[in-house]
Amino acid sequence: MMTLEKFLVISAALFCCGLYTVMTRRNGVAVLMGVELILNSANINFVAFSHFLSRVMGGQIFAVFVIVLAAAEAAVALAIFLRLFATTGTVEVDTADQLRG
Amino acid sequence: MIRYAYLIPFLPLASFFINIAVGKRLPRKGDWLSLATIAAGLLMSIGIFYEVFRAYDPNFRYHVVFPWLTIGDRALFNVGILIDNVTAVMLLVVTIVSTLVHLFSIGYMHGDPRYNRFFAYLSIFSFSMLGLVLAESFLFIYIFWELVGLSSYLLIGFWFEKKSASDAGKKAFIVNRVGDFGFLIGILIIYATCGVLGYDQVFLAIGEGKLAGTLLTLAGIGVFCGAVGKSAQFPLHVWLPDAMEGPTPVSALIHAATMVAAGVYLVGRVYPMFTPDAFLFIAYFGLITLFITASIALAQNDIKKVLAYSTCSQLGYMIMGLGVGGYTAGLAHLTTHAAFKACLFLGSGSVIHAVHSQDIQEMGGLRKKLPITFVTFLIATLAIAGVPGFSGFYSKDMILAAALEFGMRSANPLHMIFFLVALFTAGLTAFYMFRLVILTFFGTPRDHHKYDHAHESPANMWVPLVVLAGLSFSFWYSGWFGTLVQKPKSMANLAAVSAPAPPAHAMEQAAAPEAPAAPAAAPHDAAPAEGAHGAPPAAHAESPGAASHDDPVAQQAHTYAMYSSVGVGTLGIFLAFVVYSFGWINPARVADRLKPLHSFLQNKWYFDELYEATVINGSKAFSRGCAWFDNTVVDGLVNLSAQLGVFLSFLVGKFDNGVVDGAVNGVADAAIGSGSVLRRLQTGKLYHYVFVLAGGALLIFLIKAF
Repeated sequence: MMTLEKFLVISAALFCCGLYTVMTRRNGVAVLMGVELILNSANINFVAFSHFLSRVMGGQIFAVFVIVLAAAEAAVALAIFLRLFATTGTVEVDTADQLRG
Repeated sequence: MIRYAYLIPFLPLASFFINIAVGKRLPRKGDWLSLATIAAGLLMSIGIFYEVFRAYDPNFRYHVVFPWLTIGDRALFNVGILIDNVTAVMLLVVTIVSTLVHLFSIGYMHGDPRYNRFFAYLSIFSFSMLGLVLAESFLFIYIFWELVGLSSYLLIGFWFEKKSASDAGKKAFIVNRVGDFGFLIGILIIYATCGVLGYDQVFLAIGEGKLAGTLLTLAGIGVFCGAVGKSAQFPLHVWLPDAMEGPTPVSALIHAATMVAAGVYLVGRVYPMFTPDAFLFIAYFGLITLFITASIALAQNDIKKVLAYSTCSQLGYMIMGLGVGGYTAGLAHLTTHAAFKACLFLGSGSVIHAVHSQDIQEMGGLRKKLPITFVTFLIATLAIAGVPGFSGFYSKDMILAAALEFGMRSANPLHMIFFLVALFTAGLTAFYMFRLVILTFFGTPRDHHKYDHAHESPANMWVPLVVLAGLSFSFWYSGWFGTLVQKPKSMANLAAVSAPAPPAHAMEQAAAPEAPAAPAAAPHDAAPAEGAHGAPPAAHAESPGAASHDDPVAQQAHTYAMYSSVGVGTLGIFLAFVVYSFGWINPARVADRLKPLHSFLQNKWYFDELYEATVINGSKAFSRGCAWFDNTVVDGLVNLSAQLGVFLSFLVGKFDNGVVDGAVNGVADAAIGSGSVLRRLQTGKLYHYVFVLAGGALLIFLIKAF
């Protein structure tokens, strides 16, 4: 039986994976992947809650927005990384700390 | 001619400006310019006088007025000229004496380093004096009054290198200021109550009762104060003898004939505004002056000082004459005195020019060396001594008659003092004047060195003497003067208005001893018969002069006064010859016998010492007190406040440095401190931030969960 809790567990697991990735990886592209995981865990939550608790399709529509947003974000982030690579010769996020106080 | 009268003062003014600016570069240093302008004034004055004389009308008036200061439609002050018979006579007097003095000065001031400036000053004086004579309002007479004071100051101190001369100039100016202050107060009272300053407007306003009673008396006394200063009356007479430090022509012009007579002229001009009390006040001051100064003249040895005190004394006669109701008498004496006293002064100038000394004890026997000066001087002396046939007799006799008439009419027997003292002083006058003549011209020379060098003056110096001596005979004045110069018409009207009671009642008041001054206001309309019949006061006003001719009291007074003045004058002359010429009485022995009296007179009644001790030292002490107050209290307050300021600033500085700056710096320090702590959080490591983010989220979750 598909219940809301199962979706939430999966979502939580996926979020933790994403968070772990963001926290541990130095490679910018990998961090970006982690972020995508987090976003998608949020999407699962949106859809699940909408499906089980709401009569309207708000959650689904919001999920679509998030997907579009994520795509735009990925495009911008990858462009930033390209510029970072052209400048420093690497995409390690630790190297880009010039704004540190 | 009379239409161009305004030109008379302005010609000398133009001469003043030209002479003061470019006089040094003019040929003859510009003396001809001053002389020509004043001579033109003389010709015009003669023309005006001729017109006035042809009209032969006691009420002749020529009055031109223009608005001078207007606000909206209202003319606040007017400018204009007023010529009546008195003005015409005064114009003639001033221009004649001034012209002759100009002429005399050309010789007397010859070779002076500031020759052109002297003539410029004479011109500004002529301008001021003529303006004063022609003025038609209190405002303008006051303006010209101060201008003659200024020119007098300039001319007294003309030889300002001499300390005594510059001191005398200052003394004259300051003493005159005292009197002028009273004059100003009088004018202000008039302006405050009447709101106008033209003579006619003021008399009209007084007639309407806008200014009456005590205030009117005070205003009259205030205006009279101006005359006291300018005409050198007691107690402000002290400046005139010192003013003899100026050049002798100046003494003749300003300090004998014209400016000092301005006070008398002023009193005559504003005659209708005086109340009986004010008249009594004026008469007493004239009386005191004429006696004190004549007594001082007895013991002086400086030829000019004797003449100066004699001038004071004669001015006292004029003032007293006006005060006792002898309007014509006072102004007649003013006119005749101008001629013979100018002659005496110019004669003394001629003597000084000849012997280079002013001390009569060093002269003597000069009649052989200076025959013209001697004869003219003698004629003028006979005039001042009141010998019949000479002008002084005519006018002084009128004054004595007026004083006697006043005393006879007055219910208060004390008022006979006016006649008695004046008569006694007439004897003194004859005595001291002949003492002067005998010591100077008769006898044997006492200083041979000076006698040998003496010489008669040049023609431009003796011609004025001859002219003025010629004017010292009485036939020039008798007859027309009494007809043309009569008490102002509004006088009787004014007396009727200012007295609250009807005329009949006023007679009763006059008879009562409590109101002794009442006859002074209306000596002419005091005929009891007319008053009893209730004739309107205007009837008296129509014939103010006629009354004195028909009145038996006046005639009696005139007869007595004439005989007694001739007797006393003869006695004085005789005594002078007895003492100083025949030598029957040794003056030195008498002076020795009466040592205290003699030194008292010689030291001028110690007036200067008295003023030195009271006024001068008083004001000095007051000034010292003020200085002490200034130095200790005022300066102390100032210093104290300054020190308070310094102390307060010190506190404020501390507060500023400590608290305000501390707060500002504290804010900055706090920012720096917190910044240096917080900067450690900004590692730039992405996972640190994420860790904090996750930790924070976990924290929120835990807080919500439990």
